Amino acid sequence: MHIIVCVKQVPDPEAPFANFKIDSATNKVIPPQGVSPVINGFDEQAVEAALRIKDSQAGVKITVISVGNDLVMDVIKKPLSMGADELVLVQDPAIENGDSHTTGAVLAAAIKKVGAFDLVLCGRQASDWDQGQVPLVLAELLSIPVVTIAKKVEMAGAAVKVERVVVDGFETVQAPLPALVTISNELGEARYPTLRGIMAAGRKKPTVWSAKDLGLESGQVSQNANRGRMLKVFVPEKRSKCEVISADSPAEAGVKLAARLREDKVI
Amino acid sequence: MSEVKGVLVIGEVSDGKLLGVTRELLGIGRKLADTLGEHLSAAILGAQLGDLGKELVAYGADKAYLVQDPLLAQENADAYVAAAEKVVRQVQPNVLLLGQTVLGRDISPRLATRLGTALAPDCVELAIDPATKLLHMTRPVYGGNARAIYVCEKARPQMATVRPKAFSVLERNDARAGEVVQLAAGLDPAQVRVKVLDRQKKASEGLRLEDARVVVTGGRGMGGPENFKYLDELAKTLKGAVGASRAVCDAGWVSPSLQIGLTGKVVTPDLYITVGISGASQHMAGCSGSKVIVAINKDPDANIFKEARYGVVGDWKQVLPALTEKVKELVQG
Repeated sequence: MHIIVCVKQVPDPEAPFANFKIDSATNKVIPPQGVSPVINGFDEQAVEAALRIKDSQAGVKITVISVGNDLVMDVIKKPLSMGADELVLVQDPAIENGDSHTTGAVLAAAIKKVGAFDLVLCGRQASDWDQGQVPLVLAELLSIPVVTIAKKVEMAGAAVKVERVVVDGFETVQAPLPALVTISNELGEARYPTLRGIMAAGRKKPTVWSAKDLGLESGQVSQNANRGRMLKVFVPEKRSKCEVISADSPAEAGVKLAARLREDKVI
Repeated sequence: MSEVKGVLVIGEVSDGKLLGVTRELLGIGRKLADTLGEHLSAAILGAQLGDLGKELVAYGADKAYLVQDPLLAQENADAYVAAAEKVVRQVQPNVLLLGQTVLGRDISPRLATRLGTALAPDCVELAIDPATKLLHMTRPVYGGNARAIYVCEKARPQMATVRPKAFSVLERNDARAGEVVQLAAGLDPAQVRVKVLDRQKKASEGLRLEDARVVVTGGRGMGGPENFKYLDELAKTLKGAVGASRAVCDAGWVSPSLQIGLTGKVVTPDLYITVGISGASQHMAGCSGSKVIVAINKDPDANIFKEARYGVVGDWKQVLPALTEKVKELVQG
């Protein structure tokens, strides 16, 4: 059983956004200096979902794939220290600022090069651009079934059984393998790396591929103006200043707040 | 696509009714179509759609497509994406809009891939650029802290999904003229690879967070799970729902299904009351679309006060009971 997990390195979403800068000339969001990037939270949970399958049956191999150019080795190796077996990195200036379709195409090519697989796991969306498109594009390009927003993933013979979150509860669905599943926070917390895991990960060398190694022409992997592009990224104007309710005591402030909300027809 | 023209919205139906976001899609779709001087079509997919075509017209469509097939009886992305692709290829729109719902999130990127176009998901603003006549699609990024504007110059349709409650609905007008057309989905059961085995409705925890007009959210500052009853009481008084921050859910104080934020639910209530929430950007991502944010926190420097319209600096243990009492008196009095 071979499981592939796609992960993305993102700026730490816990960092205060006020410390980020936007370079309007290049339309880039520049994270604050000295704040280490992290593995996207949902993707870490996708690694966790793969590890839970590995824990439950023998003979499971987990390969983690990441596409990106400024990868920090200690960060991107975390899935290995959690217990994944292999790490594949696709790095190429040609894929800088790729849109969801580009990233999907690069991942599809990398997965084909990795070889036979049974299951692909991804986080449901990334915490930087929040699009949630890459896993679905990837499934289409690989022509495999896709199930999103999973809270539980189990193998069932030649199929994968998934509990997923829907509007008014949960549903259990089944898809034939190979399939792709996206993981949501309802899966539960990802495990911490063990010391042994960290030592083992330190000794592992990731496989590094360029776009050319994947047989992709540069025209296929650059920001394709045919499809769409970002014109501008900006911080919207603050809507209003906060009106802090002043009072002699916290309890009185509570009463005044209620009155104020009534006055402004909020309640 | 040759000869692309017009705006097409693909709406959703639940329990035989148009979803709210479907009416919102018609509202913004009408506006864009009028600006472009083109027509507005609307399609809905399902097993039995009855008279809903007329309702699509009443809310702004010039032409309504009803796509009916037994395979569309239940929400299933495989069936829906195949049927949606069929409609789009037939209508050949210049602009294509869907709702950013559970189903919309699932089918839109797949549909865009099949149509060879780009998708701007979860848009909160859509406007036609007067100079180029291109659709400018604005969406929150970085957890709602920044916004990005996208454009799709060559590929067609120009495609976006819209965030529920971000756009207004037109007044219903049953006298509006429009055409209702049936369109065969022509689905092949082999296209449906993901099978639904079972659906469990959650033992109702009251109102759904995403639908609540008022949400009261507690963070780590609440001190422990036993204190969430005070939030319940205020929420009940305002006929609202209770949410929680990630830290609280991770600590196991409340169910993860209550989590609001980047890694939880996104809510857009009229009133969002936070208690003991610091306002990290990952939390704000889940609530920045609220009309009015109220912050109760004892730290005057907490980031939440930068985001809130009203604030009280103080210990919730004193503020909250007094607030709840007064609210009761006001709303019931």
